[in-house]
Order: sequence, then C-alpha cells, then structure tokens
Amino acid sequence: MLYKLWDSDGFWLFRRRPAAIIAALTAIAILFGAIFAPWLVDTNPYDLASFSLMDGLLPPMWEEYGTSRFPLGTDDQGRDMVAAILYGARLSMLIGIVAMAIALVLGVSLGLIAGYYGGRLDAIIMRVADVQLALPAILTALLIDGIARGVLPTAVHQEMRVIVLTTAIALSLWVNFARTARASVFVEKNKEYVQAAMIMGQHPLRVMLWHILPNIMGPLLVIMTVDLASAILLEATLSFLGIGLPADSPSLGTLIRIGMGFLLSGEWWILWVPTMFLVALVVSINILGDFLRDVFNPRLR
Amino acid sequence: MVYLIFKRLVQSAFVMLAVAFLAFSLFRFVGDPVSQMTGVETSTADRERLRDELGLNDAFAVQFYRFSTDLLRGDFGYSYRTREPVGEMIAKRLPATLELGTFALIISLMIGIPAGVYTALRPNGVASQAILLTTLIGVSIPTFVIGIMLIFLFGVQLGWLPTFGRSGTVQVGGWTTSFLTIDGWRSLILPALTLGVYQLTLTMRLVRAQMMEVMKTDYIRFAMARGIPTRSLHYKHALANTMVPVITIIGLQFGGVIAFSIVTESVFQWPGMGLLFLESIRFVDIPVMGVYLVVIAFFFVLVNLIVDLLYVAIDPRLRVKEAA
Repeated sequence: MLYKLWDSDGFWLFRRRPAAIIAALTAIAILFGAIFAPWLVDTNPYDLASFSLMDGLLPPMWEEYGTSRFPLGTDDQGRDMVAAILYGARLSMLIGIVAMAIALVLGVSLGLIAGYYGGRLDAIIMRVADVQLALPAILTALLIDGIARGVLPTAVHQEMRVIVLTTAIALSLWVNFARTARASVFVEKNKEYVQAAMIMGQHPLRVMLWHILPNIMGPLLVIMTVDLASAILLEATLSFLGIGLPADSPSLGTLIRIGMGFLLSGEWWILWVPTMFLVALVVSINILGDFLRDVFNPRLR
Repeated sequence: MVYLIFKRLVQSAFVMLAVAFLAFSLFRFVGDPVSQMTGVETSTADRERLRDELGLNDAFAVQFYRFSTDLLRGDFGYSYRTREPVGEMIAKRLPATLELGTFALIISLMIGIPAGVYTALRPNGVASQAILLTTLIGVSIPTFVIGIMLIFLFGVQLGWLPTFGRSGTVQVGGWTTSFLTIDGWRSLILPALTLGVYQLTLTMRLVRAQMMEVMKTDYIRFAMARGIPTRSLHYKHALANTMVPVITIIGLQFGGVIAFSIVTESVFQWPGMGLLFLESIRFVDIPVMGVYLVVIAFFFVLVNLIVDLLYVAIDPRLRVKEAA
C-alpha cells in the first residue's frame, strides 16, 4: 500500500518539487501544532489564570531580556506568543475546515443536481451562482454577519459567533464547488458507464453519488485546497476587521488586529509573529493547491 | 450599436431591480423599523399609528414600489444610528473611495501592463523570473497584511509617508479631493498601493499570457518579415490585440476593488464608504447597509456597461458585425 503510494505518478511529481515538499511539511507541522496545542504548551491563552501580567511584553528569546520560557515573547497581558498562535491556528483551521466542508457539501450537491437534471433547475441554480459570484466573498460574508446581528438578539449572537462566522464563510464559497461539479457532470453524463447505469434503472441519487462523484473527485480536491486557504484568509480578514471573533477567543486574525496596536511601539513581535504564521500557513496551502492542480492536469506536465 | 446599448440598458435595469429588492428585504425582514424609531415609553396604539403612517401595513408589492421610486428620486431614508439622511452620509464618503479605487486601478495598469509585456517578451530573463516570483507571493499574502507591511516599512521605519487617515483634502463643489495638495497625494499613496497590488498581479499575468499567445500568430510573424521596428511591433501591433480580455477582467474585478477597499480603508482608517459599511454592520444600521449595496451595484453595472461599449471602440470587427 505504502509502496504503491510512493511509486504513484503524483508522488513522483511530488518528489521533484522542493516547493511542494516544503509546503507540505509546513502545513502538516502547523496542523499538528494546532491539534495538539493543549499538550504542547503549558499556558492557555483563553484562561486568564494561566498567565501573569508580570510576564507582559517580554521580547523573543534571542533579543535582550528575552527568556527561553517564552521563545517568541509575550503580549501586553503576559500571554505566551507560541501558545497564542497555536491556539489561534486551532480556531482558524477549525473554522476554515468546517466552512470548507459545508461549502463542499452544499456546492457539490447543487452542482450535481444542476448538471444531472439540466433544464430549468440548472438555470435557476446557475443564476443564483452568478449573482453570488458577482458579489465578492468578503462582501457576502460581511452581509450575512450583519443580517445575523439584526435577526439574533445580541447575547445570542455573541454566543453563536463562531457558528455565524463559519456559515457566512461557507455561504460565500460554495459557488466554486457547484460550478466545477456541474461542468464535470456534463462531461461524465454522456459517458457509457453512466448511460449504462441509467438504463439499468438505477436511482438518480445512486448514479450521482456512486458513479459520477468518484470520477470528479480530482478537480474537487484542487478546489478544496484552494478554498481552504480562502476560508482561512476570509476568517482572518473578518476577525481583523473586528467583525469576526472577539479578543477573548483570539483566532490568527484577531491576534493580528491586537498586534496592530503595537505597530508604532517597539514590541514588533506581538504583530509580526501571528502575521508571519498566517502567511506561512496560507502560502503553503496555496502551493499545495497549485501542485495538486498540476497532478490532476496531465497536459500541464 | 443603438440596439446593443438598449439591450444592455434593459439588462442593467433588471440587475438594479434585483439588488433593490435585496436591500428592501433587508429593511423589511431584519429588525423592526418601528421599534428602531420609537423608545420603550411609546404606547402600542402609537406604534400602530406610526406603522400605518409609514405605510408598513400596505401590501408588499406596494411597499416595494414605493421603496424603488424613492431610491430613483434620490431619497435614501435615514440612518438608524446617526439619524442623518443616508444619501448625505454616502455622498460625503463617496469621493474618498472613488479616488482611492481609481488611483489603485491606475497604479495597477501603469505597472501591470508594461511588466506583463516585458515578462512575455523575455520569459527566461532574470528580471522576468524575479517579477513572476514576486507576484506569486503577492497573490498569497492577504490584503491587510500587505497594508501592514507597507505601513511598517514606509510609515514607521522610513517615516516617509503618513500611516493613516486622509489629510490635505480640498473641497471642490460638493466633492472633497486629495488630488490637489501634496499632503493629499502623500496620504493616498500607501492605501492605493495596498489596494492595487492584487489587481496589479492579475493584470500582469493576464497581459503576459495574452502577449505570449499573440506573439505566435501569423500576422505578427508577417509584420516581423515586413521589417516593422520591434518597438512598434510589440506595442502597437501585439499589445493592441491583448486589450479586449484585459478590459473585461478589469470590469469584472471592479467588484473586487470595492470589496478590498473595505479592508484597505479599515487598515488605513481611510474615511470612505467601506469604513461606513463596516460601522453600519457593527451597529446593525440596516438603511446604510442597504443603500451601500445599491450604490455598489450601481457602479458595478455602470462599469460593465462602459466595458461593453469600449469593446466596440477597441475591436473594429464588432463595429463591422453591427453594421452588417
């Protein structure tokens, strides 16, 4: 099994791409750090009792006054920056992955239906997608958040912030999946195996999910990576704008927003540590997406 | 030609109607306008009377008709938060955003097109490789991080440019402009650069791809054989034929410029419409949110209309087809 993977076309290409290898290692390291954050660092940035104001504004360990207790320094509250970015990445990636998954299910379902049935149903779904596409993702997400604020009482909205944010991001990203799924279905629909399944009288749902879906996974996988990067960026941007998550449960965007307050002072690490961490995460996911696109598009090789 | 314009205008009207409907739904279904206008001490009877006076009990279609005609007359209603007319609030912020967006677009074209041509003509040169690598990084870094980096470098470290706000504006009629003073230009540069980076990389990649395609065509080879000077060949014969797709993308990207201007304005505290929109979301100021949507859609439609007309001006073939 492992040997088969090692010997596959994709892996052959992977071994020849140093950028893809570095990107994969970075992404895996960040994912690992995010998942195991509670066991990797002994302070919890959400728990006020686990850090002390006395440790506030310590620089990274290689600067003067830095200590090895806080390798990347501390913020004004005495929070360890390593703990902050790991917990921040935990939240950012959780929201990103869940939002991407919702967008995937929603978009692929609509795309399959539009492509399989065609006709009026297809026209309606695609017109909605066109309108959605004309509105940039940030604008859509901001609008959905604004509507949620208006509809929900303030206390409820505060409690449901993560859910509202995830939904807003998911609803602004489904179009890519829908369009790709629909286009692929149009190609697959006329192939013999699908025709045969249809003639045998199999249920449309079974044809769509069992026969067509596995054959269009390639392009979907590429969009999944690209959209994961978009979702993480969108969350960071919204949190940076102060629309996303509040300061007591900081995601990477919130940390950067807090760090902006220290831009003009000497405490550079409070801003640059989370910023560089976010950039490393997004850039490596994007490079992986680029790589996957080449793998699934043999013409480009 | 006249028919084409007419067809486009009808389509645009439908888009505007759809957006107006969206804005109207926001008004009607998100929050209750009456409870926004009255205090706790208002009696139920008074509320009911106000509801009647405002026409909130009329049929949905009647209300939407009234809403649309009010929009057409330029009556945009009042903000829940500041009690000011929304039309005035937007008008006050509009110049800042439009100047920022326009300047960003100009920067992206002035750098993007020559850079695209250069990298297409010398695909293996060191400079080309460096430019391409820079754009790859530029695409991956979020707008607000680019803004922070520019502030840090030019504002904090070098101290050359102001880091926030819009200073040195001059009032010309009802329009406040940054273009007339040195101070105004200085505060415009960093935000416009931040906003323009993404468009720049996009323009450059597109021009590059198109140029490489065009340079392989027969008529360019023929022009080479005729001994037309290289400069004229590249910039007059080849570049002119890449312009149609480039203009299309610029039109489509206008929405992106507006959306990212929300982020840019927030980073630089630029007093434009994007900042107003953010505030309106934070305070659930529905009228401002709705009108912002309508105004943005209006500009989107307008730009795309202009793009369609530009096609005809740029591509003579379209004119011939129309005449035939």
